[in-house]
Order: sequence, then C-alpha cells, then structure tokens
Amino acid sequence: MENLIGLLVLVPLLGAGVLLCGGRRLDRAGHWIGTLVAALSFVIGAVLFAGLLGRAADDRELDVTVFSWVPVGGFHADAGFQLDQLSVTFVLLITGVGSLIHLYSVGYMAHDERRRRFFGYLNLFLAAMLLLVLADNYLLLYVGWEGVGLASYLLIGFWQHKPSAATAAKKAFLVNRVGDVGLSIAVMLMFTTFGTFAFGPVLDHADRAGEGRLTAIGLMLLLAACGKSAQVPLQSWLGDAMEGPTPVSALIHAATMVTAGVYLITRSAAIFDAAPVAQAAVVAVGAVTLLFGAIVGCAKDDIKKALAGSTMSQIGYMVLAAGLGPLGYVFAIMHLVTHGFFKAGLFLGAGSVMHGMNDEVDMRRYGGLRKYMPVTFVTFGLGYLAIIGFPGLSGFFSKDKIIEAAFAKGGTEGWILGGAALLGAAITAYYMTRVMVLTFFGEERWRPAPSPDEPSAEPAAAAHEGAMPHPHESPKVMTIPMIVLAAGSVLAGGLFSIDDAFVRWLSPVTGHEEGNSPVGALTVTAATMVVMVLGVALAWFQYGRRPVPVTPPRGSLLTRAARRDLLQDDINHIVLVRGGDHLVRGLARVDHGLVDGAVNGTAAAVGGASARLRRLQNGFARSYAVSMFGGTAVLIAATLLMRAV
Amino acid sequence: MSFPLLTATAAVPALGAVATAAVPAARRAAARWLALGFSLATLVLAAVQLARFDTASKTPFQFTESHAWIADFGVRYELGVDGIAVVLIGLTALLVPFVVLAGWHDADPLETSSRRWRPTQGFFALILLVEAMVVIAFEATDVFVFYIFFEAMLVPMYFLIGGFGDRAGPHTEAEAAGRRSHAAVKFLLYNLVGGLIMLAAVIGLYAVTAHQLGEGTFSLTRIVEARAAGRLDIATTTERALFLGFFFAFAVKAPLWPLHTWLPGAMTETTAPVAVLITAVVDKVGTFAMLRFCLQLFPDASRWATPVVLGLALVSILYGALLAVAQKDIKRLIAYASISHFGFIVLGIFAMTTQGQSGATLYMVNHGISTAALMLVAGFLIARRGSRLIEDYGGVQKVAPVLAGTFLVGGLATLSLPGLAPFVSEFLVLVGTFSRHPVLGAVATVGIVLAALYVLVLYQRTMTGPVAEPVRGMPDLRARELVVVTPLVVLLLVLGIYPKPVTDVLDPAVQHTMSQVHKGDPAPDVRVSDARVKDARVNDVEAAK
Repeated sequence: MENLIGLLVLVPLLGAGVLLCGGRRLDRAGHWIGTLVAALSFVIGAVLFAGLLGRAADDRELDVTVFSWVPVGGFHADAGFQLDQLSVTFVLLITGVGSLIHLYSVGYMAHDERRRRFFGYLNLFLAAMLLLVLADNYLLLYVGWEGVGLASYLLIGFWQHKPSAATAAKKAFLVNRVGDVGLSIAVMLMFTTFGTFAFGPVLDHADRAGEGRLTAIGLMLLLAACGKSAQVPLQSWLGDAMEGPTPVSALIHAATMVTAGVYLITRSAAIFDAAPVAQAAVVAVGAVTLLFGAIVGCAKDDIKKALAGSTMSQIGYMVLAAGLGPLGYVFAIMHLVTHGFFKAGLFLGAGSVMHGMNDEVDMRRYGGLRKYMPVTFVTFGLGYLAIIGFPGLSGFFSKDKIIEAAFAKGGTEGWILGGAALLGAAITAYYMTRVMVLTFFGEERWRPAPSPDEPSAEPAAAAHEGAMPHPHESPKVMTIPMIVLAAGSVLAGGLFSIDDAFVRWLSPVTGHEEGNSPVGALTVTAATMVVMVLGVALAWFQYGRRPVPVTPPRGSLLTRAARRDLLQDDINHIVLVRGGDHLVRGLARVDHGLVDGAVNGTAAAVGGASARLRRLQNGFARSYAVSMFGGTAVLIAATLLMRAV
Repeated sequence: MSFPLLTATAAVPALGAVATAAVPAARRAAARWLALGFSLATLVLAAVQLARFDTASKTPFQFTESHAWIADFGVRYELGVDGIAVVLIGLTALLVPFVVLAGWHDADPLETSSRRWRPTQGFFALILLVEAMVVIAFEATDVFVFYIFFEAMLVPMYFLIGGFGDRAGPHTEAEAAGRRSHAAVKFLLYNLVGGLIMLAAVIGLYAVTAHQLGEGTFSLTRIVEARAAGRLDIATTTERALFLGFFFAFAVKAPLWPLHTWLPGAMTETTAPVAVLITAVVDKVGTFAMLRFCLQLFPDASRWATPVVLGLALVSILYGALLAVAQKDIKRLIAYASISHFGFIVLGIFAMTTQGQSGATLYMVNHGISTAALMLVAGFLIARRGSRLIEDYGGVQKVAPVLAGTFLVGGLATLSLPGLAPFVSEFLVLVGTFSRHPVLGAVATVGIVLAALYVLVLYQRTMTGPVAEPVRGMPDLRARELVVVTPLVVLLLVLGIYPKPVTDVLDPAVQHTMSQVHKGDPAPDVRVSDARVKDARVNDVEAAK
C-alpha cells in the first residue's frame, strides 16, 4: 500500500510529461489520456482511503521515504510521503473533483487548438497538489506549493495571446511569491529551531520551542497561507485569475489550490496551538477576508468575479475556523470539502451558461435562462442553496458549525468573530441570490456577441461574432460532472454529520474539542436562518421585483469601491508599483552614473590622482582605470570602517 | 607514474585550440567539428575524473601531480582536485560543447562585409583555449600556477568579447564593433587591476613563507600543513592584507558589487555563447578561488572580513535583481540577474555554515546550467529577430512554442522554482545564512520575489500577447538548437529532483573547508530525538574539529 502513495503523485506527473512533450501526434487523444490519468489517480486514492478505513482510528498514518533528496551536512530533506486522515481527505477531494473537471473540460475546451496542452497543465496541477498534501516535510510541501503556483500561472495565462490573461498570470505568481517568502522563512526557522523540518519531529516537539519562536513560525506560515488562499492582504490576484478558462477557475481557484493555506494551517496545528498570538492573527485574517470577499462579491457584474469574491469569503470562513484551534480545525476542513463540491459546481454552471451565451460574462446581459438551460439551472440552483446554507444541504452543516465554533471561542473575541461570521452569512445569501436571479430569472437582457476588437473572455467567441446568443443546454460530457457535484453539494454535509462521522475521522490528526458557547447551538442555527432569509429577501426585492438596468447604476461610494475590489489594486499600485518603479529607475541611473562612472568623482576626492591621469591619457581606458580605483577606494573605506567598529 | 589525468584534461582542449586554429581558411566547417570533437573528448576526461573520484578518501586532493618548475622561487607544477574542483571541471567540460554547438554560425564571415576578418577558426580556438585555462585553474594547488592561468585566460576572453558579437542590432556593424571593443577593454582593465593587486599578495605570501619556513613556497597543501603544525604564523595585519589582495581579484571576477560594472557590457555586446562562457564558467573561477584560497590560506582574515563581504553579497543580490527589472535589453537583463546570483554564491560561502557552502558550490553548478539554458535560448531568439530589445518582441509563444517553452523553463530555473535544480542550492544558501545571520537571511529571501518579477516580466513582454509584426513567421527551434537546449533542460529537472550524486561529491570537500576555518554549524535550539538528526549533528561536530 505504501508504494501506491508514490504512484499517486507519479501517475499525473507522467501524464503531464507525456502530454506536454508528446507533440501533435497526441492532439486527437490527449484530452482522454489526461482524463484517464485523473480518474486513475482517483481510483488509487480510493484504494488508499479504503486501506486507511480498515485500520484502527489511532493507526491511520502511513509513512514512506522514497529517496534522500538533499543530504548535505546537517541538512536532510527526504522525498517522503505521509498519508493520514487529513491528507487522504484532500487526496479524494483533489482527484475526485479533479476527474470531474477533466471530464467537463473535454467538452468545454473542445474547440481549442491547444487542448492537449491544457490537459497536460491540468495533470501537472494534480501532481503538484497531491505532492503538496502528501509530503511528509515542509520543504517537499514547498515544492508542491510552488508547483501548484506554476500550474496556476500556466493555466490563468492559458490564453496568453490576450494581454490581460498574461498579466493576470504574472500577478498571481508574484503575489504568491510574496507568500512563499513566508513559507521559506518558516522552514528556515524550523531548521534553526529543531534542526529539521519534517512533520513528525517538528510537530511532536513544537511545545518545547519558545513561544516567541513558534509565533514567528506561525506568522510566516500565515503569510504563506494568505498568498495561496487569497486572504487579505495578499488577496488581489484571485479576481484577475478568472482570466483563465472556467474549468481552471473551478478546480484550482475554487475547489482545491486556494484551500492549500487552510491545509497548511491545519497541518501545523501543533505550532499554532502553542502560539496564541499567531492564532489571533489567523482568525483576524479570516474574519476580515470573509467580509471583504463577500462585499466584493456583491458588486461584481462579471459572474466569475462574483463567484471569485465568494470563494475568497468562504475560504475566509475556513481560515477563521482553523484559527480557532481545536474548536475549529475539523470544521475548517469539512467546510473546505463541502465548498469544494458546491463552488466547483457553481463555476462549472457558470461555464455552462457562458458556453450557451457566446461567452458573455456580464450577468446584466443574462436573464431568464432557466427555461433554456434546465440542467444547468437545477445544478447551479442546488449549489446556490448549499452555499447560502439552506437547511439540509451541505453548506448548512459546515458553515453553521463554524459560526457556532466562533461564538464558542468565548469572551468579546467570540462575540466579534461570531458576529462577523453571521454578517458574512447574510451577505453570502444576498450576493448569491443576486447571481441566481440575474442569471436565471427576470427578463432576457441578451446582446450580440462582442466584436473582435473587444477581446472577450473565451476565444470561441470569434466564431459567433455579431450573432444574438441562442442559449442551449451543454453536452452531456459537461452536464454529468455538474450533476455529480450538485449531488455532492446536497448530500455531503448531511453524510458527514451522521453520528459526527467527519469529526471522528479527522480528530485523531487535528484534535477536537467542543467549546462552551455563550449561545446555544439552536439559537445560532436560528440566527443563521434569519440572516439568510433577510439576505435572500433583500436581493429578491432589489433584482427580482424590479427590472435590472443593463448598464450598472453609479451606486454608492461603497459599491463603487467594491467594484474596484475595495481599491486593492489602487493601493498596491501607489505603494508597490509606483514606488518600485522609481526605485528601479533611480538605481539604474546610479549604476550608470555613480557606481560606474562618477566613482571618478570619489576617486578624485580621495587621491586627486584622476585629474593628473586625465591630462596624461585619453581614451575610454582612462575612465575605467579611475572607476576601478574608485571601487578599490570603496573597499578600503569599508575595511577601515570595519576596523573602527 | 600513473597517467596524468589532470594535465590531460587541460591539455586536450589546449591541443584542440591549436588544431582548430591551424585549419585552413576555406575549411571552416572542419574547424567547427574539430572544436566539438575536442570539447567532447575533454568531457569524457572530466567524466573519468568524476567516476574515479573517491568520495570516501581522507586526503584533501586527489589525482595529484607535482613537478619542480621554477626552483628558484619554489614554484611547483602542482595539481590536485577536491570534490568542489572536480564538479566544477565537470560543469566546464559539460557546458563547452553546448557553447560550441550554440555558436556554430556565430563566427561565420559576413557575406556582405568587405572581407572583414571573422575567422570561425579563431572563435572556436579561443573558446577551447579558455576551457583549457579554466580547467587548469580549477586543478592548480600551487598558488603561482593558479595565478598564471587566472590572468592568462583574460587574453582569449578579451579577443572573444572584442571580436565577436550579435550579427544585427540597433546599431550598425561599425558601431557594434566599437561598443564591443569598449566592453572588452573594460573587462580587461577591471580584471587586470584585480590581478595586479593579487600579484602583490602572491609575492607577499612568498615573502612570508620564505621568511618563516626558510624556503619560499606557493604550495597550498604545504602552507596549510605548516600553519596547522604551527611552523607558519602569519601576523594578523599581514594575513588581512594578503586576504584583501586575493579577495579583491576574485571579487572582480565573481563579480561582486561594486566591482560588477564590467559584466553587463561584456555579456551584452558579445555573442550569447561567449556570454555563457563568461558567466557560467570563467566567473566561477572567482567564487571557487574564494573557497579554495581565501578561506584555506587565510582562515582568520576570512572570518574577520565576513561582515563586510556578507554585506556586499546582500547588496549584490538585491541590486542585481532590481537592475534586472529595469533593463530593456534581454542579454543585459540576464547579466544583471547573474550579478544577483553571484551575490547568493558569495553569501553562501561567507555564511560559514555547511549548508551555506554546500549550497554555494552547488549554486555554481546550477547557475551555470540555468544561465546557459536561458542565455542560449535568448541568443537563438535574438538571432531570429536581429534585436536584443525586449520591446521588439511579443507573442513569440504563438509562433515558436518550443522556443518559448524552453525559454520559460530556463526562466523558471533562474527564479529558482522548486523542482528545478537552482532551488535546492538557493534554499541551502538561504538556510545556511539564516542559521547564523537570521536578519541577513530573511532580507536575502526578498531576492526570490524580485527574481520572479524580472523573469516573468521578460517572459510576458517577449513571449505572450498578440504576435508582434516582425515576429510573425519566426521559425521554431531547429534540430541543432534542440540538441543544445534539451540536455540542459533535462539536467535542470534531474538535478532538481535528485541532486544527491553531486552533493555526495561536494560534501566532503565542504566539510574540509569548514574545518579549515574552524567553524561549526550553529546547533538547533530544541534537541529532537530523531536518529537522523543526531547523526547529522555528530558529523558537524567532527567537521568542527
């Protein structure tokens, strides 16, 4: 069984290698090869899961060291895997949803000439993501961590002939790199603290390191999580990432990759549990982001960007839960899984709508689509009910638990966090109802396909240029994954909650405790229901009862700010881009003038020799001799300075 | 007497240089194949060195050769390699065939030119000559022998930089020739001055040994032994002065800020293969010599200078990366990126930890391969369009996907993506620095964000977006170019996933160097009762002794 773990990573990696290097010969079959590879990994994952189920609850950890990766005096990194309840949960989610989305992409990308490469990238993503969750040490996790970043970069920029897609891809990678600095430093801190960065030794002995050190490690891990999971303040890339093909948005930017930050925090539970300051930072980030994303989601007219705001917000819930410690780890992961189902389903539904609407993404140009796309309507609708927490559906169970846990944190903090989570639930109900109503209800506000000089989101648009859309249901290869995901959105939460199955499954890894909530569980549930109904009703009054203008109204200050993602890019632009530009250009001048040439001046001041040299010689050789002299002078000065210290 | 393997490894390319230069003018093609053949023969000899190298050996140098040379001054023709040298010789021998292949047509005579003398023969002969000198510099264990070849390689490099450049560009041929010779003179002056200062220090070293040991010597092994035995005791001030003399020359070559300004010009104006020769091979002699000569001859002075050197290395990392962001010229951008990477190498050497020095030596190898991949593909691109300016490109990915793909892999290696070789070495350097100087290590980590910035901006502007008009119809990589790029890409992947064969060779040499400077690694705060970790610590304690 241990051998299967390595195979799990290797199979999609080989798939990617074959598809990317295979050449045009594979163009006709590439997409099916990719899909089969994904399905095969799911089968392997299921076998491993069954194997773990067959073991006793406290013995569900498999460790396997494949080879010694970097053995350098005192520094040992192995290519080793660790399979336990937490990682196998991710394995099933990644390969399960991944397989469905591969299948969906067969239809969605049918007309793309570079479809083979698309599936190669998807396979590469699977391999990297599986490596991320299966690694048994933080350095190998880092490889998967940046590997998914690379796959995300390649897939966001898949239509890279569009400058906007190329820019979005670059932005995603760069923002993530800032987070990666956090992960790097965290690994280095672990190495200096414990002499190793393998999960076992670090997490088992975490309590023996000082709290200050653990806080530093925790904060650095949080920075990494913020980058990958699009949490404030590193959230700005996720909205732009919607430039990628919609299946990518569903798999990478909704169901799996963006939840890696939650995995990282949950995996490092032992560190965070012993570092309350770091934990407080985690809940703060989660609470702020869940509101931030929700507000942004309310203002977007682009269906994918509205869903992206929602993703950010839902991951905010997960991060909040993970920051609550043993109160919340299990529910963070449970919400992560249910969210994987319904958000992937919602994105695939959005893709299906775009497919039928000439790749239109503006929801103000939708309307009344329920008659034309019944399957999409029903599956999207079930996903919608799940995310707003309709009783009995997945989101109801997982989100409700997080809100309860937030109150159970106790004290003022508990009230603030619980309140934020409740408010978030109301806004979620509002913006999701808005999406639902704008898309499937109301009058038909369709328009002809955009002209070529206005680059559309998806390239197939060129084919329909100028034609009015004829909305139609998508082919079976696309609707079947949507139906399966909808079934998951309906059932998963309930199944997980029977007899607390999910809690019992995961708690041996993450630990779990029931807090003492100042408000009863029933009260919380009732409150959640009330705010949900309020949110739905408000959206219905605004968009369902009144005609929807096709050009967005000016809106309040908050609406306008939210449309601009609460000014995230404007702030980044002023602080980083403009400042960085000045710095870089200034340095270029310095390099040309000061370090290279005007060192002459320094040299003249130091020895007065240059003036004489100048008279003695001519030609450019002179100036370099002098600047050499200047360089020497700098070094000598540095030496003297050092002596003085 | 056994077969002089080390001499042979240097002699083969030297012979090749003579043979290539002797090819008659009309038989240009023969010169190319001859050069390729000799460079491959050298590669075979380097492979033999690696295969026969004994990693378990306790002697500091293997395959040693020693002959009297200038008896009056105690100069001996002494060669020997440790793990670091043998790996770097391997890198040199590996890269030169690619340099030759990539430069296959770079030195063809111009059809339109008025019989301008651009001899293919000269180009390839000079490349082989540089290879021979670099190899012997890596092998020399006599300071004087090292010095001679360290200086002598400036001559063929000068002609390579001054004589050969990109065929087309924003300038006319005459202008380009002017800029080239400008860059070549700058290269020569910087390195000559560095070398002269080093010469003074070499003579000083002789004076010290002559005074204290009775007879002067340049032998590294003898000096190190005499110091260990207490027979040689260099006064602190003298040691520091000698250290600075050596270090200055190596810092120019490496190149370290603020002595770096010769590099961008030289790399930009010459052809891409020669640029690879400069940054991937010749400059490595500088960082290698810091490890071998500065640290081993002057351990106390090296420790004394550490704060300033680390500071300069950190400045190099950030300064090089920031300037790379500002560049408009593809080759210049890569040159500044190299300055940043050399900063990492020097940082690793002077962090004085096993991880840092292992990382730095591995970094020399990986940087060689990754820069070769990126620079050579950039050269192919520039040859197609006839411009080095980034703004003249766009959408290449659409017309030449394989070229764009390999360029991306080279770029990702340059930004140290995990899974590719440079990540391992860069992380080792960072962690090695961090464990002794946390603030320095943390600040250096910012370099990874800047690296992503300059690489991805370069890729975006040249390869993505709508297809630029002059790019339309650009052919994808040809067979010869694929032969150059594919092995480099494969190596980047293999050494990223399984660097153990290389680190196994490097590790004993690094441990030896560490023991010379009397530095042990900082111990972790929490003692984890993990068998493997314990073993590691025992090793380190041994190294510290």
